[in-house]
Amino acid sequence: MAEYLTLFIGAVIINNFVLTKFLGLCIFFGISKSFSASVGMGMAVTSVMTMSSILAWIVYFFVLEPLGVTFLTTIVFVVLTASFVQLLELVIKKQAPALYNMWGIYLLLIATNCIVLAVPLLNVENSYSLLKSIVFAIGSGLGFALAIALMASLREKLVYADVPKPLQGIGIAFILAGMLSLAFLGFSGML
Amino acid sequence: MDKLKELWPIYSKGLLAENPIFILALSLCPALAVTTTVINGLTMGLTVTFVITSNNVVVSLVRHLVNPKVRVPVYITSIATIVTVAQLVLQAYFPVLYKAMGIYLALVVVFAIILARAEVFASKNGVVRSFLDGFGMGCGFTLAMLVISAIRELIGSGTLLGYQVMGSGYEPMLMMILPPGAFILIGYLVAATKTWNAHREKIEAQEARRREARKEAEA
Repeated sequence: MAEYLTLFIGAVIINNFVLTKFLGLCIFFGISKSFSASVGMGMAVTSVMTMSSILAWIVYFFVLEPLGVTFLTTIVFVVLTASFVQLLELVIKKQAPALYNMWGIYLLLIATNCIVLAVPLLNVENSYSLLKSIVFAIGSGLGFALAIALMASLREKLVYADVPKPLQGIGIAFILAGMLSLAFLGFSGML
Repeated sequence: MDKLKELWPIYSKGLLAENPIFILALSLCPALAVTTTVINGLTMGLTVTFVITSNNVVVSLVRHLVNPKVRVPVYITSIATIVTVAQLVLQAYFPVLYKAMGIYLALVVVFAIILARAEVFASKNGVVRSFLDGFGMGCGFTLAMLVISAIRELIGSGTLLGYQVMGSGYEPMLMMILPPGAFILIGYLVAATKTWNAHREKIEAQEARRREARKEAEA
């Protein structure tokens, strides 16, 4: 049990995917202008990442490894996650239109995103068990959600600040992310 | 000669005017993650140059055969195949660099810039033009990686390509090779590029006005 807890907390704060591993930066900077949108994005990423991790784990350990074609991992995982997200979009659109109206737009954005691809890859690279993979995926997703929600609340305050002209927009957003990252660095060495 | 004049801008626009990192702000994850030393930055730059150039050529070759409805999956499969080739080559000949790249090498697949060039340029242009476009973008990317990694290595560990550059009394500023340093540095570099571009536009506008005034005076 303690092992899973360590893995989970490690993924959420210590090895935060956005702030210490630089994954998912495109959506991190693209969506973090409003708080509500960033929470939606965080939830969408967490659920997609968990489901695609399970799928990728099954494919890797039941198809790729027995056949001895693990060098195809990159190709297979990219096609798998991208097509899975598209499929999910179709299903949600048909079965739960309300949910689709809320989060549908984010699904398109994460179809080929590095964070969704990175977690399944890391799972098989570290040869986690299925349960561990799920815990790791949920932890990473919540870590992403935490980072993007923090960033969005900071950027909403930034509207009232007097930022030098060249730094306006993406420039100051990067510096803010740097400060957040510095704060998260304080967690390193905790476990 | 005329042909050369026509093709040169296709290559050169990727270097500065449409630099993928500084101007288009695409594919930033690798720019931050692997630029702790110059050699890592260079490896990532060259890998991306290889992938983007080959992918542009492949996409341009098959552009009439692919149904527009399935073009994105086709591009992604092509990119993933080329990245796998690069991965295997690095793993076989440069195992140390392969290890240093870690997961980011596989993630070259989802770099927005590569898919963007395939979609925007290679799917509409011939092989030679697509090759030049991809190569130019790759060179611009490599250039950006070199600049970022040189600054980070110099300040963060006082070395360049592993050689001690700063004097022995220099206390390395560790933060620069840690994640926060990368974010803050990119923020300032983006601001610097913006300032430089605005300055250049101002000068160009001034020149255009002067030319017009001269024309009027002649008339």
